[in-house]
Amino acid sequence: MLFASYGFILFITVLFVVYYLIPRRHQWKLLLGASYLFYYFSGPENLLYIFFTSLSTYMVAVKIDAIQKNQALFLAANSGRLSREERKAYRALVKSQQRKWLLLCLILNFGVLAVTKYTNFTIANINSVLRTVGSGTQLSFWSLALPMGISFYTFQTMSYIIDVYRGKHPAESNFFKLALFTSFFPQLVQGPISRFDDLSKTLYNEHSFDIQNVNRGLQRIMWGFFKKVVLADRILVAVNTIIRNPDIYQGVFVFIGMLFYAYELYADFTGGIDITIGIAQVLGIKVKENFKRPYFSKSTAEYWRRWHITMGTWFKDYLFYPLSVSGPMLKFSKFSRRRFGDGLGKRIPVYVSTILVWFTTGLWHGASWNFIVWGLLNGTVIIVSLECQPLYDWFHSRFHVKHTFGFRLFQVVRTVLLMSAIRMLDCYRDVPLTFRMLGTMFTRFNVSTLTGKALMGLGLGMADYMVLLVGLVALIAVSLLQRDGSVRNKLAVKPAAVRFAVYYVLIISILVLGAYGMGYDSSQFIYNQF
Amino acid sequence: MFKKRFLTAVAVILIMTGTLYLLERLLMPKHVSAIVEGSLIEEYYKEEKGHDVIFVGDCEVYESFSPITLWEHYGITSYIRGSAQQLIWQSYYLLEETLKYEKPEVVVFNVLAMQYDQPQKEAYNRMALDGMRMSLSKFKSIRASMIEDEKFIEYLFPLLRYHSRWSELTAEDLRYMFRKGKLFHNGYYMRVDVKPVETVPRGRKLADYQFGKNAYYYLDRMVELCKESDIELVLIKVPSLYPYWYDEWEAQMEDYAQRHGLMYINFLELIEEVGIDFAQDTYDAGLHLNVTGAEKMSVYFGKVLQNTFGLEDRRNEVDLSRAWQQKADFYYRMKEDQYRELEEYGYLKSLGARPPESTAVD
Repeated sequence: MLFASYGFILFITVLFVVYYLIPRRHQWKLLLGASYLFYYFSGPENLLYIFFTSLSTYMVAVKIDAIQKNQALFLAANSGRLSREERKAYRALVKSQQRKWLLLCLILNFGVLAVTKYTNFTIANINSVLRTVGSGTQLSFWSLALPMGISFYTFQTMSYIIDVYRGKHPAESNFFKLALFTSFFPQLVQGPISRFDDLSKTLYNEHSFDIQNVNRGLQRIMWGFFKKVVLADRILVAVNTIIRNPDIYQGVFVFIGMLFYAYELYADFTGGIDITIGIAQVLGIKVKENFKRPYFSKSTAEYWRRWHITMGTWFKDYLFYPLSVSGPMLKFSKFSRRRFGDGLGKRIPVYVSTILVWFTTGLWHGASWNFIVWGLLNGTVIIVSLECQPLYDWFHSRFHVKHTFGFRLFQVVRTVLLMSAIRMLDCYRDVPLTFRMLGTMFTRFNVSTLTGKALMGLGLGMADYMVLLVGLVALIAVSLLQRDGSVRNKLAVKPAAVRFAVYYVLIISILVLGAYGMGYDSSQFIYNQF
Repeated sequence: MFKKRFLTAVAVILIMTGTLYLLERLLMPKHVSAIVEGSLIEEYYKEEKGHDVIFVGDCEVYESFSPITLWEHYGITSYIRGSAQQLIWQSYYLLEETLKYEKPEVVVFNVLAMQYDQPQKEAYNRMALDGMRMSLSKFKSIRASMIEDEKFIEYLFPLLRYHSRWSELTAEDLRYMFRKGKLFHNGYYMRVDVKPVETVPRGRKLADYQFGKNAYYYLDRMVELCKESDIELVLIKVPSLYPYWYDEWEAQMEDYAQRHGLMYINFLELIEEVGIDFAQDTYDAGLHLNVTGAEKMSVYFGKVLQNTFGLEDRRNEVDLSRAWQQKADFYYRMKEDQYRELEEYGYLKSLGARPPESTAVD
């Protein structure tokens, strides 16, 4: 079921009504039923995968939790009888038992993700190698459908099990509650990747009808729909025209396509997250923010702290840090410092971890070399920026422009262009083509080909461009307003007439200007595929 | 406080509903100067009811019979509930709806629609369904007609379908937002232009000549509906040269009519008897009849109706005569306008003149 569909709107409308009519203690059960129903619509067979992930995570978490409790009981009961060494040895033994269970869970759940998402990619690469060595043998592809949201819910459950293992919070003793955490439908489509200790604070609570909360949630949903159906789905046509015809659209059109895709992805992804957070808010549930005005970032590193925040923090907490302090990496760090000294030698292990994390981030985004190269490029840009820091410092010591508006604007524009250029790997069919097309921006950049007629040839009319321009102004205005706090808070203190005028314009805009219905190729949210 | 909030809520809902209604009226296609066939279905509701004969079917019907001629020659009142490529279930549900307004003596169904067993195109669905008033019959017709990508809700709230027309609105959309004059003559779409038949088409071979189960299902229901309502059902095939009418199809229809005791007339076999001349009586080389062809058909078929079913000549009913005189005036005025236009431009630039609002027959 797509968010931008009549069925989904009917689904959430009925859910909102029933949610506040039933006894409050049953609300979370209703959400579980609704989430499984929502998932059922994406393909009944997908229920098996999510159920398996929930069950395996639940059982292992309960087991690890029991081991931890037994350890505490044992140590308390034998507090005077065990020597310090014996206690240490016992703890190590117990930790090793927990680790085995944790590994089992990680293998099972990442295994499902790996098999469903990466099998055919692996086969394609093996076939490619076989062709290169002149072997006539080719492996057959598997016909496996990727279950919707599997990357999101796998990461979410894995953060849960690791946190239980680390003793951050106890295991959830009610399987159905954990099943709801895994399958909570608004975030199943494209995140955010919630943490159990965050989401569980409000997910299982009893919620009474709070008109302000509901209002705020609905506002956020409307704003999300506006971004998705009025802006993202409209500009999608032009983006597709450019990227599907690389022989025709080169040079300046690649540049235009790059900017348009940056616009589309922002409106699409943040719109989807707005809908997710809005739905949760109507239900009284707090879901973490996933964006913080990313296109105002002044560096790549900052950009990744503000774009898809929950994914970034997941990789940081569950891959980057553990990798950095892992045994092999510590050994490598020692070697590196010996070989390259305390400066570069210290940084090299960090860079190796960075590259590994970004390789994995790329692979998580999609089973293709495009995404892997995309991830590696992001990591490389971050490393190069860090290595260039002394150069920046020298520049700023000579030229005092750091805090001027012009320089900040330059940094923002540079970051947006750089991120957008790297992101073109999402668009073209393979890596060489992407680089070839990006290359034409420098070799065939002829502005005179960018005529009005050519722009109209991208599948959009003058009216569409006007809508996109007004939409862009609205997005920038909202982002600027957000710097001093929530726009909805600001709106809430305005006179009723102003508030209703805003809702009115939003609703009418979505209904009339929305790129939906027959005649439109209604697209899924881009992040659905991940 | 509560009262104030309540009133505010009511005002907001009213303003929103009112705006959406106005937007829907504005954005729906008007079908006044282009694809006028899209206005055929809705005109029925403006009519006085109580017709003797109701025609249902596709374009072959609304181009082949002139109710004005039937009235002028036989005093038979009739109405054509037809639209472009109207599928058999659409005809059935239109008939079902019509019978809620009136009970004719005879229903005439053109059997060309038997060739389609499944929904075909959204554009034709829209022409058949958008004009229908909200009713259970309409809902059932929508459900039976939708192709894969169509959504029921977009028929209930056409704004959801036509919202994207905002960028192509013309002055016509504003002018005809709430009211438009009549374009047709009791469902008859007049065309006076001529495009003679040059070659008689031959049907290409089909893999299967058997009419589909779905088509038969609705034909059975139509038969049943007429029987229950004590209405005579006549099956016809008008004399259009294409789409090609196959012998195998003809055999099935003859057999069906015989089994159900229905009158069936294939006018393709009566072309000479009716007097149809395909050098003069068609405006698109044999696909549809023009006004002269439709008038000839009406003269012939009116006699059949009168002789077979004993339909009364109602020209002596004063009020009815007055109303039909107005219709006839409009008919002849449009005919003159079309001939004049044809002479001036060589083709029907406006596809039919429109009557002044003051003389429009509502």
